[in-house]
Amino acid sequence: MTDAIIVEDLRKQFGSVVALDGVSFSVPTGTVLGLLGPNGAGKTTSVRVLTTILAPDSGRAEVLGLDVTEHTQAVRESIGLAGQYAAVDENLTGRENLRMIGRLSHLAKPVVLTRATELLERFSLADAADRPVRTYSGGMRRRLDLAAALLHRPPVLFLDEPTTGLDPSGRQDLWGVIEALVREGTTLLLTTQYLEEADRLADNIVVIDHGRVIAEGTSSELKATMGSTIVEVGFEAPDTARRAQTELARIGLCDVGSSSTVVELKVDDGARVVLEVVRALDHAQLEPVTLNVREPTLDDVFLSLTGHKAEDPVLDDAPAESGRRRTRGAA
Amino acid sequence: MTTTAIALPTAIERPQHGAFSWAVQDALTVTWRNLVAMKRTPQVLVFSTIQPIIFVLMFRYVFGGSIRIPGVDHYVDYLMPGVFAQTVVFGSIQTGVALAEDLQKGLIERFRSLPMARSAVLAGRTLADLVRNVFVISLMVLIGFLVGWRIHTSVWGAIGGIALMLFFSHSLAWVFALVGLSAANAEAAQAISFPILAPLVFASTAFVSASSMPAPLEWFAEHQPVSIVIDAVRSLTYGGPFSDPEKVLAAILWSVAIIAVAAPLAVRMYRRKV
Repeated sequence: MTDAIIVEDLRKQFGSVVALDGVSFSVPTGTVLGLLGPNGAGKTTSVRVLTTILAPDSGRAEVLGLDVTEHTQAVRESIGLAGQYAAVDENLTGRENLRMIGRLSHLAKPVVLTRATELLERFSLADAADRPVRTYSGGMRRRLDLAAALLHRPPVLFLDEPTTGLDPSGRQDLWGVIEALVREGTTLLLTTQYLEEADRLADNIVVIDHGRVIAEGTSSELKATMGSTIVEVGFEAPDTARRAQTELARIGLCDVGSSSTVVELKVDDGARVVLEVVRALDHAQLEPVTLNVREPTLDDVFLSLTGHKAEDPVLDDAPAESGRRRTRGAA
Repeated sequence: MTTTAIALPTAIERPQHGAFSWAVQDALTVTWRNLVAMKRTPQVLVFSTIQPIIFVLMFRYVFGGSIRIPGVDHYVDYLMPGVFAQTVVFGSIQTGVALAEDLQKGLIERFRSLPMARSAVLAGRTLADLVRNVFVISLMVLIGFLVGWRIHTSVWGAIGGIALMLFFSHSLAWVFALVGLSAANAEAAQAISFPILAPLVFASTAFVSASSMPAPLEWFAEHQPVSIVIDAVRSLTYGGPFSDPEKVLAAILWSVAIIAVAAPLAVRMYRRKV
């Protein structure tokens, strides 16, 4: 199978801020890549380079075998982009928005009209089609934005944090829509801060942080690097937890978590370790309030790779990855 | 890895046209979009016409009685070309504000990922603003007639005067496209524009003759482009003591020069932007 998207040693700097520091990855045709990372990791910058919006400082980026800096026009004709801010025109109706994007995508007039109607139906926007977008909810705007990206039936689709800021039901809706697209064979590059989203939608995951790829693989491969089981022991107070941490370290069990009241242990044999934990704690007369045995999540993977949680608000040194305008718009 | 059995989607076929024909079509699509937006937010248009209407009423009925312009019988005939200029000059701020807004909302970012012509955003913006000015000036002409403004030359003179005013407004649209592209946001675009324009509109021959001003200001008021355009329109609509073909030529040259400088700069900045 050939690769629909190839990125090789991509670098981009904004002033003194390094947004991309040698990023490489590829997306086989017909698959979904989840580009995962915190704010400022370089996700949006990668997408902007691949969608011809931004020229990289160095490195290679290809979409369907076409270099994005050389064959810009051909690349633009075969990609669709839906961004994090739902770039739709507030004053136009949903249908007018699609008509505008369709015309600017150089589709024939009758094609635009039938495609618009088709997509409005498909994304449950038919009833609101002739209302100005400023009356739409956040979820409706996102769906319209996605419909606009799909007008010309692009074989390669870029979704930049498609569900950021949506409520859980809006997110579920959008996930359903995306899954249907993927079943039709669209190659998808999806950026997200939500591990659950990457877990559910992506075939492969690339984790980036500070403009570098720090891990890649399928969701289960990434989880496997974490050992097979996680044992969580919760305490009422941080100092009890600290004492328990010391006790457990004595029998070779190390805390891998970041919470002050929960001790997290990464182990191969959950059941046996639970017994050891209970014995040790009982011996030291420490009483846990919760005891949990679970499979590792991508959150655990992220935490162990980067030393911080994926959804931490923002790190102080996080570069504003997409220039000043977008950063402000994000507020 | 396994191969998928499903046929991969391919992009819908596009009709083939030349690059120029696409550029025109794209510019018209963006113009249409801007005009629809204007229609749906009438408050912008109302606000940009209320101020000049107040000025007409104020200068015609409150101050007009005590303003004497040498060689003018009815002050309103002197006033109206000044009001036209005031209307289009302050109205041109909207060009920058609207562009800054589009940038801020990420709409232009989406445009940049489409196969559309790069020129369409600016061409569509300035073209839509020209249409807006045609509407606004027609309204002011109507109000002028209602308060007693009369053309002393000919219909052709009047049409020429209005065309000249529109041409000048188009040149300003490019200047404010530049402002909109360099401003941090729509509010900033608004805030930068007013202090640039106020002296050009008020330290001019729009409402009073420059000869009543202190010497350095008088020189500025006589030679700055807004005054020259106003005087040129007076030459075309009033004639008589104001007839001055050189002013008309100068007004055209100023407009051409402003476009020649501002348009390429705006296009360059747009290409670098986003």
